[in-house]
Parts: sequence; structure tokens; C-alpha cells
Amino acid sequence: MTGTAMDWAAVSDAEVVRACRAGEDAAWRELVERFSRYVYAIARAHRLDESDAEDVFQETFTRIYEHLGRLRDDDAIRPWIGQLTRRLCIDRLRAAVRDPVPDDSEERGELDRRMIAVDEAVSVQEALRTLSADCREILDRFFCRDQSYNTIGELLDLPPGTIASRISRCLGKLRTAYEGRSGPAPASGEA
Amino acid sequence: MNENTPMDEVRLAELLRELPPAPEAWLQAAQERPAIARAADQVLELAEADAEFRRTLIADLEDALRTAGHEPDPRLVETLRRRLPEG
Repeated sequence: MTGTAMDWAAVSDAEVVRACRAGEDAAWRELVERFSRYVYAIARAHRLDESDAEDVFQETFTRIYEHLGRLRDDDAIRPWIGQLTRRLCIDRLRAAVRDPVPDDSEERGELDRRMIAVDEAVSVQEALRTLSADCREILDRFFCRDQSYNTIGELLDLPPGTIASRISRCLGKLRTAYEGRSGPAPASGEA
Repeated sequence: MNENTPMDEVRLAELLRELPPAPEAWLQAAQERPAIARAADQVLELAEADAEFRRTLIADLEDALRTAGHEPDPRLVETLRRRLPEG
């Protein structure tokens, strides 16, 4: 696997992991890019404040980097990262007196519901990766980055009306890709 | 959600919004991890080969890093603190 101009969208998680282990910096950048939203979403689901979320985010990727060699199944990278992030979030909550770790009560149920939504969102992101670069970009800008039609139009040099119709068309393609995907993303597991 | 479960586009949009990008600066810092690790390796190799440098490193890590030509980046300092033997 080589360097700079490669289209990582077509590369599996396991291949990215193997390339990271082989010391490819570009693969590590891809791994961080690929899982950054997941790690961030888990921290948000635990209602960490921004500073704690950043610490958890950096600590998670530090541990991934240091312990990648111990991962037995390269295809299991996502659930491994999910469990690691959740554990670090729980540690952070335990360390902060202000925000006790959710117990068995309603709060715990709420956290579980948020985590289910995160795992479902990951499946949607995986379906998104199978779409064209144009569709990926426009859906990402509009829904994930919350950019307006006008902003996207200026960035892509397209009239707002065209943006609206493209979003609609790409959303339809995403729906088809999501419903036809080969299987659900593995859950991040319990903390 | 199971395989091939029909999904309406409103829900699909909600799920897209569940995964916003992490702040760019966080991403960059995490992506620089291999460079930090390599810098730490270099410093530790030097400490292995030079007992005086090792003593300086343990006594005043940040100053020793400057002497060795490394910017005492907090991530490098943290990595070295974890990897350095006690005292």
C-alpha cells in the first residue's frame, strides 16, 4: 500500500490497521480520520465537557497507536476502539466528582440509548463511504458539518437549488446503500 | 437496526448528524502521534547511549530536550515521562 494519492475510501479497516502496523504514516492518518468521529461521538454520548472529551480523544488514539500490535483480529478494530473509548470516558467520569458515572437507573438507560444511536450512525457512515466522492462531500457538509445551502454552493460553485436537489438525490442513494449493506456494524460493546 | 432494515430519509439524516467531525486541531494532534513516538525513540536512544544525558533528562526533561534540539512539545514530554525509568 502506498502513500499520498491513494483513495482510502475503498480500503478496509483491516487493511488500514495492517498498513499502520507496517509503519505507514499515511495509514495512521487515515485511521485517525476514519475513527475520529466515532471516538468523538462516544465522548459526546457520555456528556463529557469539551476539555475532558479532548483528553479522552487524544488518550484513545495514543493507546491505539501503542497497542495496535496486540489487536488479534484486525477486522475487530472498531469494537476495540469503541470499548477503549467507553472505558476512558467512564474513568474520566469517575475521576470527576461533579458528574458521577451513570448507575443502573434511568441515566444508564439513556447512555445506552445514545450509544445505540452512535452505533447505528456508524453503519450509516459506512454506507456513506460506498457512495461517490461528490455525494459523500455534499451529505457530509450539509448534515454532519451543518453547512447551509449557500455555504456549500459557494464552496462547490453551484447554485443553492442544485445543492438541494443533489442532497435529495444523494440521500436516496445513501438509503439504497444502507438498506443493501452486507451487515450491521459491530456494536462498541459494554463498558 | 438489522441488515436490510428499511429506513426513512428523515431518520437517515438524523443519524448522519450523530457523527459530526471532531475539531480539526484534535485530529491533527492525533495524526502526529507517530512523529512524537519517533522523537521519543530518538531521545531515549540518546539517553541509553549517554549516561550524562540520561541524568539530565531525568532531572529536567524539558531542558534536556532543548539541549538535544527538540522542542519540548507537551505530547513528547508526556510520552517520555511515561517511558522513562524512575529516578
